[in-house]
This record gives sequence, structure tokens and C-alpha cells, in this order.
Amino acid sequence: MIGFLVRRILQAAVVVLLVTMFTFILLRLIPGNVAVAVLGPGAFRNPAALAQFNAQYGFDEPWFRQYLLWLGHLLQGDLGFSWTEDQSVSSLLAERLPKTIVLVGSSTIIALLVAVPIGLWQAVRRNKEVDYLFTAASFLFYAAPTFFVGTVLILVFSVRLGWFGPTGPQGGLGADVTDWRDMVLPVTTLALVSIALFSRYMRSSVLDNITEDYVRTARAKGASGKRVLWRHVMRNSLIPIATLLGLSIPGIMSGALITESVFNYQGMGYLFYQSAQKQDYPVMLGFIIVVAIATVIGSLLADIAYAVLDPRVRYA
Amino acid sequence: MTAPAEVRASPGMLPAAKPRSMFRRGLEVFVENKLAIVGVVILVLIFGFCYLGPLFYHTDQVHVNLADENLPPGPGHPLGTDQNGYDVLGRLMVGGQISLEVGLAAAVLATVVGTLWGAVAGYFGGITDAVMMRLVDALLAIPTLFLALVVVSMFPPTQVELILVIALTSWLTTSRLIRGEALSLRVRDYVQAMRVMGGGSARAIFRHIAPNAIGTIIVNATFQVADAILLLVALSYLGLGIRPPQTDWGGMLNAGINMVYNGYWWQIFPAGIAIILVVIAINFIGDALRDAFEVRLQRR
Repeated sequence: MIGFLVRRILQAAVVVLLVTMFTFILLRLIPGNVAVAVLGPGAFRNPAALAQFNAQYGFDEPWFRQYLLWLGHLLQGDLGFSWTEDQSVSSLLAERLPKTIVLVGSSTIIALLVAVPIGLWQAVRRNKEVDYLFTAASFLFYAAPTFFVGTVLILVFSVRLGWFGPTGPQGGLGADVTDWRDMVLPVTTLALVSIALFSRYMRSSVLDNITEDYVRTARAKGASGKRVLWRHVMRNSLIPIATLLGLSIPGIMSGALITESVFNYQGMGYLFYQSAQKQDYPVMLGFIIVVAIATVIGSLLADIAYAVLDPRVRYA
Repeated sequence: MTAPAEVRASPGMLPAAKPRSMFRRGLEVFVENKLAIVGVVILVLIFGFCYLGPLFYHTDQVHVNLADENLPPGPGHPLGTDQNGYDVLGRLMVGGQISLEVGLAAAVLATVVGTLWGAVAGYFGGITDAVMMRLVDALLAIPTLFLALVVVSMFPPTQVELILVIALTSWLTTSRLIRGEALSLRVRDYVQAMRVMGGGSARAIFRHIAPNAIGTIIVNATFQVADAILLLVALSYLGLGIRPPQTDWGGMLNAGINMVYNGYWWQIFPAGIAIILVVIAINFIGDALRDAFEVRLQRR
């Protein structure tokens, strides 16, 4: 187990290093002058600033020196400076990331709370009406583009019924709680796709477990159907969901970007989208590194959780 | 279930246990799946609508006509017009062509790249495998939409470039799957025998590993088409996809969503429903193909 942990963590470190290399390649691929791209179009009129930038980041030196210098800045928490927002990328991140974490976290928790019972119910009543109904729903929400779902929700629950706000809470983290009515639709939008995915997995995971010997043993020893289901099958079926959660992080982040754009929710994804339109490369590349590291850590935790939860898994 | 008709009809004339080909058995499993048939029918109808429709239903999708903007569905415009005066029904056809073409092309390209990458990594194993797969891990850690957005913001895309961007951000899962197949296939006796007879690595990969992983490849490619269409839709919705006057279904949604709060529902629902139908149809087909290729299910 220790050996597995060490190897897995080393692997994650290598992946993070590769992500930084890849991001650096993207930085070098920006058409035209990197200094202008990073400092903004105004820098053309300011040769001194251009020269200073090139010296600071070593853009007159060989590429591997450039990479190391850039990596050095990165390790000190210097993700660059956004000329469109007139703010450092790390301070933008500190401002926007918590909002995204709240959105992604709450919608994922809600998705789990809804999808797990649905998947379990579907498996127990497999090939009955309930099963078909939820299967159809999950196909539908998996196929519908996130922003289309969001727009339809706004049309129905905001424009028509007036229950919830059409835009997300504007303002800091506190607004997410005080303006909870505005929070309902963004969270629901993001949760619906996850529910579709998680419930499919939960259903097949339960179906796999229900035929296992331990279920028959428990039944033979006199445990009631309910007890077997909730005590044994449910707990074991949740194990693959841990892996699924880890693997879903990039997908959920993409969904968050769209959801935030639909609802003008001032999180990281919305800022990333605006940066893409304004070609604000430091923000995009800085955010990519942060999201990638989060993903790597997420899948690392999922793997470890899997090994801890399932004693049958033995890593040599 | 009754016995297959051919066996009952010809007792003694054919060897009773004549093995049916894998293809035949797969096809039978596929055809038995009602949802798959529904999926195929939906796709055929939508392809016909997008490619044959404009032959019978002529509309001008190039010139802006503000005199006819935002007309509700009615005579002359069965699905109304958008804010540029384009006929929505006609636009749904030409937009669909781009969505389908980009989706298919990107999926094929992603599948080819992913298959080769995964097959090479799995076949050679060791350090080659480790390096190649860590690269895949690193790219997988970056959410597809974020990566695609960076690339299209650097290079404002044409249709061909969008295909490349989508393919290059979506071959990763394919390569992982194929690598797994290659790892188990390379130790099979027939691959070993071929190696002993002097066959090279290229032969092993192209003639033995890729063909034997064909089930995984095709099933994965099917789902890739759906994912590629959805990614293009997302890029277009964010305003970084196909440029006007050309459009795809995502572009139609992007244009329509600004107007939908005025009550112009016809500007988003046709495109939205078309996307959902295509993606659901592809998913039905993909699920059925997976069943058809799964040998365990074939030996029922």
C-alpha cells in the first residue's frame, strides 16, 4: 500500500510537471510577440516595458532557460498579470476560485444525494416503468447542452413562474448565501448533467453487486432485503462512484464554465470565458494550471479512496 | 426465444453447428435492440433533412434581410425567422450540415490518433508506455472546453481548424482504452508467433492489435461523434465557433438565446431539440454496438 501511494504520488507530480510544460508550449504558440500578448496591445508604444519583460522572463535566452525561469515564477505563486483586469492572476484567482468551488461543490453534493438513491431504485426495479423513466431522463439530460438546459430553466422558473432569479448571485461569497434564490438555477443546471451520469453508474454498479455471493450469504443468514440493500449493496456500490467523481472533475469544470456564462455568475469559468474573448492569455494559462492541478489531485484522492474502500484491491 | 429459422428449415442439409460469423452475430444483437433501430432511423431522418432538405426548401442563408427579422412561425416561414431575417427551418438544415460534418470528421480523426497512440504505448510497454500515457494524463487533466477555448482564441478558427481543435482535445480517452486492449493483445499467442516469424512492430500494431480492438474502437468512435457535436455547440454558444454567416446548431442557439427573453422561443427550441435528438440517437447506437461487440452477450 505504501509503495502504491509513493508511486502514485510521484506519477501525479510528473503529470503536474508535464502540464506546466504543456502550458509553456501554449504560451510560446501565441501568435505574434509574447510580450505584447502578455502585456497588452499598449505595450507596443513602450519599448522599455517590452525589454524589461523579455529580460525578466528570459525571452532572449534558449527555450529551456525560458521554461525554467517561467517555472520559477510559477513556484513562487506568480501566475502572471492580467492587463485587461489590471490585476495579478493570482489575486483574480483568489477572488474568483471560491465562487466556482461553491458552485461546483454544492451542485456535486446535491447531484450525489439525488443520483445515488435514483440509481439504487432503478436497479431494484430494473426493467420496470420507474427504471425506464429515469433512464430516459438521464439520456435526455446527458444529451442536452448545458446552456440549453440553463436557458430553459430560466424561461420556466424565472421568466414564467418568477420563483428564482435569472442571473446568479452578484458579489462575493456572502451573496451566494444571502441571494440563495439566485443560486438555485445555476446549481440545478450544473447538477442535472451530473445526476444523469452518476445515476447511470450507480444503477449498473448496484446491478453488479446484487448478484455477488455476499448478498446471497447475507440473505441466507436471515438479513432482510432492505437491510442487505442499504447495509451491504449500497455501501459496496458507492466504491466505483468515488473513482467516477475523480474522473468527472474536468467535465464538471467545463460544465461550470458554461453555467457561469449563462447565469453571469462571477466565478473562475466566467472570467476564463471573458479572457478567451479578450485574448487575455495570462489569465487563461494561469487558470489552466490551477484547474489541471486540482484535477490531478482529485484523481489521486479518488484512486487512494478506491484502494482504501475496497479491500479486494491490492496494489503490488 | 424460438430457434433461428435457418436451423429449423434445413435439418440435415447443413452441418447443424455451422458457426455464424462474428459480424452476423453482432448484427443480430444490434438489430434486436429496438432503441438502436430508433437511433438509426432518427439519424437517417436528420441526415436527409439537412442534406436533401435544402434541395426542396430554398432559403437565402447568406444575405441579411432585416425586413423579415424575428417573424413568428407562420405561412412562408414554418419555424419563423431569426434576428437577421434568416429562415429558421432553412438555417436548421445548413447549420445541421456543419454540426454533423464537424462532429463526424473530428470523431474519425480523434479515433485514428487515439488508436495509434494507445496501440503503440500498449504494444511497446515499459518506458515508452509510461512516457506516452503520462502525456495523456497531463492533457486529460485540462478540461476539454478550457483547452479548446485557449486554442480557438489564439487562432480564430475555420471549419477545418475547428475539426482539428476538437479532435486534438478528444483523442485522449480513446488512447487510454486502446492501450488497455493492446496490453492484453500483445501477449497473445498469434502475436508472439508472428513476431517469431520475423514480423515487425508496425505489422503487429496495424495487422493484429488494431483489428482485434475494432469493437472498442468503433464503440468509442460512436460516442466521440456525440461528444464532438456537443463540444462544437459549446464553442459556438460561447461565440468562438463557426463565424457568421455560416452557422451550426450551437451558433443558432447563441444567436437565439439573446432574443428568447423577448418570447422568440422558435429561435432556440428547433436547434436545441435537433442537438438533443442527434446526441440521443448516437448514444442509442453506441450502446447497441457495445452490446453487439461484447462476446459474452453474443454467446447467449
